[in-house]
Amino acid sequence: MTSLASEIWPQDIYQVLVENRVRQVAYIPDIGHAALIKMCHQNNHMQTVVLTTEEEGVALLAGAWLGGDRGALLMQSSGVGNCINMLSLTRVCRLPLLILVTMRGEWGEFNPWQVPMGQNSNPVLTAAGVLTFTVNDIDRIKETVKAAAKMAFEGPAAAAVLISQRILGAKTFGR
Amino acid sequence: MNPERSKSYPLRRRAVVKELLAQRGDALVVAGLGAPAWDVTAAGDMPLNFPLWGAMGGAVPLGLGLALAQPSRRVLVITGDGEMLMGLGSLATVATQRPPNLAIVVLDNERYGETGMQLTHTAGGVDLGAIAAASGIPICNTVSDKKSFKSVIPQIQKEVGPLFFNIKVRAEDLPLVLPPKDGAHLKERFRLALIGEP
Repeated sequence: MTSLASEIWPQDIYQVLVENRVRQVAYIPDIGHAALIKMCHQNNHMQTVVLTTEEEGVALLAGAWLGGDRGALLMQSSGVGNCINMLSLTRVCRLPLLILVTMRGEWGEFNPWQVPMGQNSNPVLTAAGVLTFTVNDIDRIKETVKAAAKMAFEGPAAAAVLISQRILGAKTFGR
Repeated sequence: MNPERSKSYPLRRRAVVKELLAQRGDALVVAGLGAPAWDVTAAGDMPLNFPLWGAMGGAVPLGLGLALAQPSRRVLVITGDGEMLMGLGSLATVATQRPPNLAIVVLDNERYGETGMQLTHTAGGVDLGAIAAASGIPICNTVSDKKSFKSVIPQIQKEVGPLFFNIKVRAEDLPLVLPPKDGAHLKERFRLALIGEP
């Protein structure tokens, strides 16, 4: 992975969000999403909403859709578990929901507390009725987010892209 | 905890909601699960009501997303104390976003009404109005009698928000008045009425 590629992929995702007319971007931050969050904040046509827990974002974007806005929900894998009951809303009301998850606890993780949700985000989302798209290759991020967004907004469906720690690089806290 | 206190509160939830919605204008109404959804339906089921049958803790953030998407419309969230307690963090999110068109009304009977009327934390010392105020919601109030309720109705309907009103209502068992429960139907009729597409 070149440093150039690592700078481009958040921009690629941002472009897909713009092309999909995403208006509300809700998040609990993750270092993997930092560049994307910054770009969304700088776009006057996007409303960024910092949450106190990820499930809030599931409900927020349900309201956004009721009001005619498209949204995207950004989180780290540890946030996936927080969403489970609220995803009933998405499923029962057949709402579109685009979730972008940056993975921890999956590959080269030094913090064992990240491992349970890192290992279980995919099956847990699947069990909750969310379509999942895992991406391990930096060159495939854009097409994957595009595919997920299409299935989310045209379904409508809940779709999550899980961006591997292989791409993000394992966090070390200087160790 | 005081298990007797709310049994004698003068305000009655059905009358409170009926009065709030009598002059709703073009407001969009989100109702939290359980009794608030039945109260809103008792006042008249209509497409621009979005009554929840689940998603506990989600009424306020759902109302926030709607308010951000529809800045020219009043959004009124009517929910219960148990539902609000599950999503307290969303009050901080609302305060930070400061949507001027969002009004939150909690019907606080100090009970989990659908599950056997067990006490919630508001039967003790927990003050939802103070929590909303400390979160930074600019207009917050607790209302417990008819005179002050009458005086806050125009605020709830029109004042620049976000606003939060905790209304102390009598703990009582009332006949169920159920809205449609198919979520996809509720969504489609809401969007059709609001933006003309399902």
